[in-house]
Amino acid sequence: MKSSIIIKKALLYLMLGIMALVFAYLFYNVFVLATWPGDQVLRSPPHFFFGGGLAENYRQLMARIPFGRNFFNSLGIALSSTVSVIFFCTMAGFAFAKYRFRFRDQLYFFVIASMAIPGFLNIIPFYKMMVRFGWINTWLPLVVPGMAGAFGIFLMTQFLENSLPTDVLEAARIDGLGDFGILMRIVFPLARPAMAVLGIVTFVGSWNNFTGPLILLPKIEATTLPVALSLLNSRVDNNQGALMLGNALTLLPLIVIFVFFSKQIISGLTAGAVKG
Amino acid sequence: MQTIVKKFRNQGWYPYLFVSPFFILFLVFGLYPILYSITTSFFDWRLIGTGTPRFIGLGNYANVLNQDPFFWKAMRNTVILLVTGSLLQHFIAIPLAIMINSKAVKGKEFFKTSFFLPYITSTVSVVIIFGVLFDTNYGLVNWLLGFVSDGAKIRWLQESFGIKFVLSVVLNWKYIGWNMVIYLAGLQAIPNELYEAADIDGASSLRKHLSITIPQLLPIIFFGVALSIIGGMQIFEEPFILTGGYENLGGHQNSGLTAAYYLMFTAFKAYRLGKGSAIAWLIFLVIIVLNGVNRYVTKKLEG
Repeated sequence: MKSSIIIKKALLYLMLGIMALVFAYLFYNVFVLATWPGDQVLRSPPHFFFGGGLAENYRQLMARIPFGRNFFNSLGIALSSTVSVIFFCTMAGFAFAKYRFRFRDQLYFFVIASMAIPGFLNIIPFYKMMVRFGWINTWLPLVVPGMAGAFGIFLMTQFLENSLPTDVLEAARIDGLGDFGILMRIVFPLARPAMAVLGIVTFVGSWNNFTGPLILLPKIEATTLPVALSLLNSRVDNNQGALMLGNALTLLPLIVIFVFFSKQIISGLTAGAVKG
Repeated sequence: MQTIVKKFRNQGWYPYLFVSPFFILFLVFGLYPILYSITTSFFDWRLIGTGTPRFIGLGNYANVLNQDPFFWKAMRNTVILLVTGSLLQHFIAIPLAIMINSKAVKGKEFFKTSFFLPYITSTVSVVIIFGVLFDTNYGLVNWLLGFVSDGAKIRWLQESFGIKFVLSVVLNWKYIGWNMVIYLAGLQAIPNELYEAADIDGASSLRKHLSITIPQLLPIIFFGVALSIIGGMQIFEEPFILTGGYENLGGHQNSGLTAAYYLMFTAFKAYRLGKGSAIAWLIFLVIIVLNGVNRYVTKKLEG
């Protein structure tokens, strides 16, 4: 009896351990390959340790794509999205969670239902609209339409409904704060944990967005890192070293964020599913 | 007795003001373009060539369904990848969640976190990683296969089977952690008493999972499968990047061409906006039908 439990336990750990090892290797490999010179990236047997081509890869990468611009665009779009999503979704979530108003339930249902619409249905007219607005090759089409996203409103409504005491709001009102004052001085400070979850999830989603910038930012100087990387990947004079370093530099910020905030990211990205 | 959820008292237009950004943005950037795309799908509408859009009724739909071998090829590929890349992984994610949830395993958070990481990795990175891994001459996979077989190297990214296989591996790897976390949360919500009762009856652990765990998880399985269908029918980025963009249209024999990929090609490379919109609505129709099947099967299983 006892030994069978030990065997079962060992088997469990062995299977999970092998899987975790494979997952970890794939990420480790990204950084290993970034340090090998372009003509030596692909070798048999494959590399398992770091090489000495980092500086050369860096020069090659900078010569092929406007990496600094692409990084700046990725960061700028992700940060402006994050800030505006946090602001507008907390505001709307506060209204849905704490006010009683006519059509509240219908409007909230509409917000939730809008999440089920597949993204590609509006993509063609949306593109034409952006051309007409003159927004192609600017940050605007990737920030403005999603500023008050349905998912964020859902997340903030859930949180504020349970964690924002109505008594505190009533007290603030008696003290003479207006609705906007209550939002700014009471709701925002108290909603910080949920705002962090929403902010990180928004940042990661924006950082990884590919289809949006592919269509809306066709100019290489105006585009973001993932699209620039894919262009580098399909170039005829593709330098493998530059590509691998570009990949590592795109991945690194995400891994750093994930190491520190994995709890928030996982809870945020699975929020709808786990509660629904 | 009356029980009301205690709400913040207010009379006025502030709540409407607070929720208005969503509705304004959704009407302008969401709903209006969606309705517009219905209209567009009835027009022969090209960005280059013939000039003004021409109303052709269901012409685009007829063209796509009757005369376009690429569309059917793309649909077939999408459904194959939906099964191998998105649906089959539920059979791995559930046992995986059960394993991690088992009392014998310590370090749940560690495993959960490691398996989740691919989900937040950008598709371009994922494809670059797997492109190297499955490289014909220098990839780790063929190198490892070299130890067990002396035969010719498999040309993963240049063959029909290989492209679908690699795409399936990529999709499994990317989404399995997410599904696993969802099932883990579901498992933790199953009341322990159910298992204790089964223990008294002397049920084996496989028996317990089949007659307690799976039925209890059914609502979550339904939800997870629904999301897989919605996401799987829209697969675009992975095959697009792996097979080299619009020019290659899914690589060897278009074996990586998916429905959304073909939609993007039609609209943004061939500049046929009307036909592209028709394809979009056809994909939407397939999603609705498949989710109807999912609902029906789940109802049947629930008894």
